[in-house]
Amino acid sequence: MNIDVKQYTRADFQSNQEVRWCPGCGDYTILASVQTFLAELGIDREKHVFISGIGCSSRFPYYMNTYGMHSIHGRAPAIASGVAAANPDLTVWVITGDGDALSIGGNHLIHALRRNINLKILLFNNQIYGLTKGQYSPTSEQGKRTKTSPMGSIDYPFNPVSLALGAEATFVARTLDMDRKHTAEILAAAAEHRGTAFIEFYQNCNVFNDKAFIELTSRETRDDNRVYLDHGKPILFGPDNEFGIRIGPTGAEIVEVSKVGIDSIQVHNAKDPEPGVAFALSRLSRGPHGPTPLGIFRDVERPVYEDLLVGQIEEAQAQKGTGDLADLLRSTGTWTTN
Amino acid sequence: MSSDTETDARPTPEKIDRVVIRFAGDSGDGMQLAGTQFTASSAMFGNDLATLPNFPSEIRAPAGTIAGVSSFQVHIADWDILTPGDHPDCLIAMNPAALKANLHDLKPGALIIVNVDAFNERNLAKAGYESNPLEDDSLRAYHVLTAPMEELTKKALVGTGVKGRAVLRSKNFFALGLMSWMYSRPLKPVEQWITKKFGEDNPVAAANLAALHAGYNYGITAEGFHHTFEVEPAALPKGEYTNISGNIATAWGLIAGARAANLPLFLGSYPITPATSILEELAKQKHFGVKTFQAEDEIAGVGSAVGAAFAGNLAATTTSGPGLALKSETISLAFTLELPLIVIDVQRAGPSTGMPTKVEQSDLLFAMYGRHGEAPLPVVSIASPADAFSATMEAVRIATKYMTPVILLSDGYIANSSEPWKLPDVADLPTFPVTFTTEPNHGDEFLPYTRDPETLARPWAIPGTPGLEHRVGGLEKHDGTGNVAYEPDNHQLMTELRAAKIDAIRKDIPPIKVHGDADSKILVLGWGSTFSAIRAGVLNARRNGRSVAHAQIRHLNPLPPDLGDVLEGREVILIPELNNGQFARMIRAEYLIAPRSFAKIQGEPFKADEIEEQLNEICREINS
Ligand code: SF4
Repeated sequence: MNIDVKQYTRADFQSNQEVRWCPGCGDYTILASVQTFLAELGIDREKHVFISGIGCSSRFPYYMNTYGMHSIHGRAPAIASGVAAANPDLTVWVITGDGDALSIGGNHLIHALRRNINLKILLFNNQIYGLTKGQYSPTSEQGKRTKTSPMGSIDYPFNPVSLALGAEATFVARTLDMDRKHTAEILAAAAEHRGTAFIEFYQNCNVFNDKAFIELTSRETRDDNRVYLDHGKPILFGPDNEFGIRIGPTGAEIVEVSKVGIDSIQVHNAKDPEPGVAFALSRLSRGPHGPTPLGIFRDVERPVYEDLLVGQIEEAQAQKGTGDLADLLRSTGTWTTN
Repeated sequence: MSSDTETDARPTPEKIDRVVIRFAGDSGDGMQLAGTQFTASSAMFGNDLATLPNFPSEIRAPAGTIAGVSSFQVHIADWDILTPGDHPDCLIAMNPAALKANLHDLKPGALIIVNVDAFNERNLAKAGYESNPLEDDSLRAYHVLTAPMEELTKKALVGTGVKGRAVLRSKNFFALGLMSWMYSRPLKPVEQWITKKFGEDNPVAAANLAALHAGYNYGITAEGFHHTFEVEPAALPKGEYTNISGNIATAWGLIAGARAANLPLFLGSYPITPATSILEELAKQKHFGVKTFQAEDEIAGVGSAVGAAFAGNLAATTTSGPGLALKSETISLAFTLELPLIVIDVQRAGPSTGMPTKVEQSDLLFAMYGRHGEAPLPVVSIASPADAFSATMEAVRIATKYMTPVILLSDGYIANSSEPWKLPDVADLPTFPVTFTTEPNHGDEFLPYTRDPETLARPWAIPGTPGLEHRVGGLEKHDGTGNVAYEPDNHQLMTELRAAKIDAIRKDIPPIKVHGDADSKILVLGWGSTFSAIRAGVLNARRNGRSVAHAQIRHLNPLPPDLGDVLEGREVILIPELNNGQFARMIRAEYLIAPRSFAKIQGEPFKADEIEEQLNEICREINS
């Protein structure tokens, strides 16, 4: 371990502000996971910047004793891109929700992903608008009855992981708010990744959309439905790993290992340069209902925006020297009068 | 290649003190280029000058139609001129549409040079001519000269390697060569430019040089072209000059402003006419350490700039009216975060897409008031291309000193027109270095919303500074700590503090310079790009015996502290604006007086004549 790195505890990352989410909200768990994780990460506290948009989750920066900005609805990826581009030494986190990132801010999200700016984007997906007290969101299931959809929502929902893979994000993962151990692993991999890391958290809003992820969280069903993706390992699930995922001609399919043999089971390759198989995996469930992949879908290397940005500046300076203002003013020709 | 033609014996040119020339043709005819090069050689020759490009709408209209006409006007003189001129003395018309679209601006006796090859039945019909104006005597009030520019260009290009349809692309250089002959311009600067631009061995360079010389030689040999003119170098104040356009000067002003503030420069922008060339220019200047971020939309342009400002850069965003509307929410955020940010609005004719290539000053009230909540901002305006550099530096000074976004108003006329600019000595430029806060400011705590007692600015502590970790946000902040606060009294206090901070900038604005007859009963009050037409119109009126004063206001919010005194006791305050009277409305509201609005909303700048005429009318009224 680097001896220059300061030693932190979780308390070092807690601000003096009272945390004000509804009791029982999944946001509390994610906040605790992130604070604990940062205490162990080994990056100086002042190097962390948390940028959020608007929504319940976006209060997050106020509770972090780091640099932070609670900005405006949907724009956090754009603002965070400016922070990261201006100072590539910082570790920039984006805290957003399903409405913030996928509805009002959809454009900024996909462009940040495509540019591969060094941002860690944590999307808290609770499939509802919580701050405005219960309207359907772009990830709510069709037919959902809310205050703005009394007869059921007619909007077809986004699958955030599919969307991120479609935008060719270089790091795409999914985890569960209450699964702190898994969250810590995913955060560690995201922090390690250079470029944009996108993590979807299934986050329970116990007030307006309770039990949206019950099939993944209840003691009775979770082993049947959590499909953990581990790079280099066959994708198996079920209480006794009796099920597996096979990539067939029409996409990912669930098979019984005893019937098809272990060799037919897809070995997860998060480093696959093409996002196709990862995309197929992301299509396995919606809702989520039934077996649902969790873990790192994709983790590949691509040049990072800030490196290219700084690289061009260095190249220009190598060719022309660091700019001289007097020369610039004369660069299109001058004449002198006496 | 050398220009042996220049040594040819030429008839002694008639000396004139000024001339206005307009190059007009189809948007594919290269008239902007011909005009720009004519300007460049005039600048090198030492004339004073002012230019006015006029573009058709962005989408290429059908060739040969009136809608597709593009023109470039240049005014050159041997004295200190202000405007690109009201009426061309000479019009180059490359086709019938160009003639028809521009004829109404000419006064009787003006010289018209036409590319006769384009005056065929098809083109005449496309321009809406029922008979050929070159033959039907309808141009008898003018002096018309014709040249078969296409035919001669084709001949000249034999052997250059350029063939087929590409040949006609060089005809703008034929026109330029002919004009260089007529107005005794040196060919050398153009020759050098062609070689540099296209490369010595490129057949296109050879073709353009051949066309240039053919045009020049045509002047020597052809009948009618022997009456030539010469405008001598202008007696401008002693110094080194460059020919500058407004957008380039604005881009350079940002570089100089960042240097003066001792900050790295970040520009987050989305392309939009007529602001784009600021982004393009800064993208070229990477060796100054400039970071340009071409965002996915206008909102991300300003959003990325707010992020860069939080991280400690001098952040700017460039746009035009529709983009300013999209940025409005984020500008309010930057206002309440109290971060420096330069928002440059290169105004164009609106609303909505309006006439994007045409000038207007109609975003003034939007710049003043176009935000939600109580969010007053400093607004600074640019008066001319040569003013853009220092006005931009002034915007940076205010933004960094007072920790606030500043809106800098330019417009499409300033953006694209050019004039000589006396280069400042870089060593004499103002400096206003920023000091980031690096230590706790309240015991061992850092309170991000404490204020400097003089400027009311809050401290700027940037991410990466140990011990000063803090959060900012769009929610109302507690005075001092910056923590989220909903207390009624605190919101009133913070609203008043933010307003008082902007208002206090008033003390930091230099006195107004009143030109002309300072104590006159008549004051012309302008802002922004109306400067040159107003100044010229006022000068002319005064030459004709009228008593008039002129003041051009750079700081639109807050207004200069002495403006009340300047307005005091006038019988008539005339406010010419390229909008429907927005500044007049502001002045009326602020000083409870009734100025006289002179509104022009035609997508074109004022002519000096129009200002003078208004003044004549006012004088008649007052004296009757
Ligand atoms: S409304 Fe839902 S998401 Fe928001 S704080 Fe309450 S429980 Fe959490």
